[in-house]
Amino acid sequence: MSADHAHALEAGRGNDLPVHRDDEGSKTGMWLFLFTELLLFGGLFLIYAVYRSMDGAAFHHAAEELNRTLGVTNTVVLLTSSLTMVLSVSALQRGNRSRSLAMLTATFLLSCCFLVIKYFEWSAKYHHGIFPGTEHIHALPAGEGLFFSLYFMMTGLHGIHVVIGMIAMAIVFAKVRSGSINQDRHGALEYVGLYWHLVDLIWVFLLPLFYLTN
Amino acid sequence: MNHSHSMTHGGNARPHVLPDGLFVGIWVGLLLLTAATVSASVFFPGKIGILVAVLVTPAKAALILMYFMHLKYEKPAFVAMFLVAVGILAIFMGLTFFDYLHR
Repeated sequence: MSADHAHALEAGRGNDLPVHRDDEGSKTGMWLFLFTELLLFGGLFLIYAVYRSMDGAAFHHAAEELNRTLGVTNTVVLLTSSLTMVLSVSALQRGNRSRSLAMLTATFLLSCCFLVIKYFEWSAKYHHGIFPGTEHIHALPAGEGLFFSLYFMMTGLHGIHVVIGMIAMAIVFAKVRSGSINQDRHGALEYVGLYWHLVDLIWVFLLPLFYLTN
Repeated sequence: MNHSHSMTHGGNARPHVLPDGLFVGIWVGLLLLTAATVSASVFFPGKIGILVAVLVTPAKAALILMYFMHLKYEKPAFVAMFLVAVGILAIFMGLTFFDYLHR
């Protein structure tokens, strides 16, 4: 894509005025936003790394409480949702709107599935008294309490990102269906896709840190 | 693979669309790498399990970034921006660790 294409003028809708459109600029903006997300989670990964290096035994011991099967299942669910998301974008780029919508729906359902599994996982922890602020968690050795606090903080922040991603998917679904996002203007769908892959990417790092540590 | 850049009347270039089979292949690769990390942590808990996770997790991240996020096919400027962001994160982490380990 050359610069003059990226800064191409598109015929305005309903009038003769050209509308400025810069796909590459939009994409740059989306990536810059993703970098801020990277640094946000990076700070939490840093806290995890420092405390694990100081009290690794407590982290290993606390990690045995987590359900590895649920963590791995959720990884498969998220990786699959990333696949359906990228297939939705490429279907629209080929002009196949119904396939794009179907793939977007699949992505949305898989993210629901992720949150349902997360709900059961957190509920089980809660029933065992493992939740920020409980007496049980205060009675634990400091390193183990820290592990669980980081677990809830990082998977919780990640979960909020999943919810935001689902809201964004619902919005682009409506716009693809109405035709305002289409084969020639697919940027918004592509950027929601980028965001979703980042959510997936962060989870790829969360899996070994929390579920595969014992 | 068809990497042709077809132009449309719309003005902005229509991007080359990667074949669906490639994405499915990447997905299978990601699942296999996940299986490798999980089985290493189950059967070789401790040093080997951690080593496999440390090596495989960045490889999974690279597959997602290059193919799902299309970074391999973007202009070099996007890759450069990404590396700057990761570099800043590495500086953060490196300096903080240096501080904590030498107190």
